[in-house]
Amino acid sequence: MNDRAWIATRKGLFELRRRGGGWSIERSSFLGEPVSMVLPPQADDRMLVALNLGHFGVKLHASDDAGANWQEVATPAYPPQPEGAAGPAWKLVQVWSLEAANGNVWAGTLPGGLFRSRDFGRSWQLVDSLWSRPERPEWFGGGYDVPGIHSICTHPTRPAEVLVGISCGGAWVTRDDGESWSVQSSGMRAAYMPPERAGDPNIQDPHHIVRCAGQPDTLWCQHHCGIWRSADDAASWQEITDVPVSSFGFAVAAHPSDAGTAWFVPAQADQQRVPSNGALVVNRTRDGGRHFETLRDGLPASQCYDLIYRHALAVADDARTLLMGSTTGSLWASTDAGDGWTAVSAHLPPIYAVRFG
Amino acid sequence: MHHARVPHVAFTSQLRRFTATPEVDSGAATLRGALEDAFAINPRLRGYVLDDQGHLRANVVVFIDGRRSTDRIALADALQPGSRVHVLQALSGG
Repeated sequence: MNDRAWIATRKGLFELRRRGGGWSIERSSFLGEPVSMVLPPQADDRMLVALNLGHFGVKLHASDDAGANWQEVATPAYPPQPEGAAGPAWKLVQVWSLEAANGNVWAGTLPGGLFRSRDFGRSWQLVDSLWSRPERPEWFGGGYDVPGIHSICTHPTRPAEVLVGISCGGAWVTRDDGESWSVQSSGMRAAYMPPERAGDPNIQDPHHIVRCAGQPDTLWCQHHCGIWRSADDAASWQEITDVPVSSFGFAVAAHPSDAGTAWFVPAQADQQRVPSNGALVVNRTRDGGRHFETLRDGLPASQCYDLIYRHALAVADDARTLLMGSTTGSLWASTDAGDGWTAVSAHLPPIYAVRFG
Repeated sequence: MHHARVPHVAFTSQLRRFTATPEVDSGAATLRGALEDAFAINPRLRGYVLDDQGHLRANVVVFIDGRRSTDRIALADALQPGSRVHVLQALSGG
């Protein structure tokens, strides 16, 4: 689906349609409520949203008709916390990621638990094999007080394999349908740690990890400290250096079939999270990160302070249609793989996630 | 009309856009007992008031006869016959 998209924002869910070449807002749902993530309609039109109500907690709603009608479904819940358990309180803070594959829906949460549903959100089970890992209490918050799972990379041909990205807990992989997990962030480096811990795979802060669906051994990671790529399904990660403008940022989108192509949206630096020199740009590589093009056509060239958050840059299956939304509530679209951009709106609520489907 | 001699529990109207908020007359001696009587009528309401561990949500506040409840963990605050319990949103939550 290249002509429908979903925008999860601080104040509602927005459905966008492209008709006659231009994108427009077709419908809003949950207006006024924080929508932390959306799972777009599957082949049978079922979809999910995660709300993060300021007073009343996290709630999930399901639709059977592609967003026309909604029903509240079960909320993932942590089991009773044992006395003296190390790490954060066993209380759901936010659903940060939602992915569906092979009859499962996976929900990544703050404070670091992964949940699985086999009935499309009617019930959820904490993936205890990951939650019980002795390394978990070493994880810490990145951008939030507690750790969180923001990236869930299923595998297009190996249904038992799932990779999750954790801030700050690195990348973890199961290849036996969640029976066991291993940390696979070797090669990443954390400049925010003491030198002797900088290479520790278990404390890395991958801001976002995405997989190339057509060449699934290739993964891209926009990390707190730069950009990394894996060409061997997370067995090793290589840093991409010589990135123009800045290698700091949150968003990354992987080309659906070409392992060499990915898009990033740089921000000035960790300590100054705004576009460099007030100019919003997109960095695109087409050769696996050896070279980048910095794309500016149609984007604000000065006095722009929009930040593109980790889930707010998306590429459609056609590999030419892109959307990106900002924390300032601006939304831009491209029809030519990022060469040029058109403003769709400058007046949306702060945008958490943009997804086609 | 509620019975004048037993604790009465009411929920903020802000909750009504999400789920039913039954007002209950409860024979319970503690706050938790009275809340359980409301949850028995609408089980979905529990997750809006209590968190995963059964504690009062950080941004929910309960007043008993005009005084804020003090035990957010066990919810053991005592109720008197005729107590008025109000479950409200704390402004800290937005």
